[in-house]
Amino acid sequence: MVTRRGNSGTTVIKVPKASAWQPATVVCIREETPRVKTIRFAVSNWPGHLAGQHADVRLTAEDGYRAERSYSIASPPEVSVLELTVERLDDGEVSPFLTGQLEPDDAIQLRGPIGGHFVWSALERRRSLLLVGGGSGIVPLMCMLRHRRLSGSTVPAALLYSVRAREDLIYHEELTDLARNDPRFTLRTTLTRDSAPGWSGRVGRIDLPAVQALLEGLGGVADSFVCGSAGFVEAASALLLQAGQPGDAIRTERFGPTGT
Amino acid sequence: MITRGFQGRRSQSESKRLPPGQHLTGDFPVLSAGPTPHTPLADWTFALEAEDGTQIVSWSWEEFRALGPTEVTVDIHCVTRWSKFDTDWRGVSVDRIFAAAGLEESPSSFVMAFCDGGYTTNLPVEDLLEGKALVVWEYDGEPLAPEHGGPARLLVPHLYFWKSAKWVRGLRFMEDNEPGFWEVNGYHSYGDPSREQRYDGD
Repeated sequence: MVTRRGNSGTTVIKVPKASAWQPATVVCIREETPRVKTIRFAVSNWPGHLAGQHADVRLTAEDGYRAERSYSIASPPEVSVLELTVERLDDGEVSPFLTGQLEPDDAIQLRGPIGGHFVWSALERRRSLLLVGGGSGIVPLMCMLRHRRLSGSTVPAALLYSVRAREDLIYHEELTDLARNDPRFTLRTTLTRDSAPGWSGRVGRIDLPAVQALLEGLGGVADSFVCGSAGFVEAASALLLQAGQPGDAIRTERFGPTGT
Repeated sequence: MITRGFQGRRSQSESKRLPPGQHLTGDFPVLSAGPTPHTPLADWTFALEAEDGTQIVSWSWEEFRALGPTEVTVDIHCVTRWSKFDTDWRGVSVDRIFAAAGLEESPSSFVMAFCDGGYTTNLPVEDLLEGKALVVWEYDGEPLAPEHGGPARLLVPHLYFWKSAKWVRGLRFMEDNEPGFWEVNGYHSYGDPSREQRYDGD
């Protein structure tokens, strides 16, 4: 275990140390969108994780060739299974296999959890939570929201979620249910490419007024987590700074085009 | 352990040159822990500091760039598993920085690189000398973009790329090998790609 002092400087949380490579068996696979699947694994010696961390995946071909990539963990620390949500990148090497060929009872290798910075623990945090996600950048943020719900945290939270089109929305039903049932959670979803029939949410890229409105609702400075493509994160974190958030309250994670 | 049905894409020439667990990218992905800092060049300095924070020497942007630039072409390896071949950089070697500061030998065995935005990373001094490391301000013939660490970043290509600290503003000498930002957060203290030293304990 690595002990780390939190942002607030008050509470210390423990970041589990990454495990060695170990077998992980596919329990089930769920389609989230036409391009995105959630894969549930059974892992016998998982050290546990914090919301926001990722796991390394290793695939091995018959001739011993290996490919390794890293994916955000979607399942909250409170549950015993491990779920990764993976977006298929057409020119990728690993994601097309994970989303297209992998089946229940198949085994791959996993190692983790990885990353001790882009994490949120309900035990540690006392400030409001502002989550800003672009596309599949929602995955670690969803893990944080699930952790917040299961831990019984009453910290006010908001999610600003930007996707190209309605069919790209991941976890849409779960998020809208959460927003309906939790008065301390605000959901703002925006479609950047088109407005689907019957769509009542925002259209267009996230902008300063949207960020300001959410921050106002959260009571000023929030622990902010921004995740998405490099361009999205660059733009969104600049908006948060413009809206008056201190730089050290903003944590970012970027998915490059090579996150395949 | 074989994964049923997995073929993968492979290239003999690539795989010989790639460290274990890495794959080649043609892009230049961006990874950073927080917002991109934008320090005006007029306010930019590069400093060498003693362990107690006392400044040994400090250069302005213009002074620093006049220390004697050099160009290198190197392969870089990110701990998130991408590698990029033949990247072109222009900057000043750490040897030359030490020489310009009048340091005949290093005051200590380790340094902490410190940066705008609060990022730090720890390095053994011997990994910075004899041409092994530079502070660079140009990539591929262009000024280094802010998201890639501009105005200047450290370049230590033989270690995982998080050691090549973006937005670097100086080096602080230290007796003990204290962990920096990612090193506190579960990553390896040294980070040698050829030995796959990704995480604490590897």
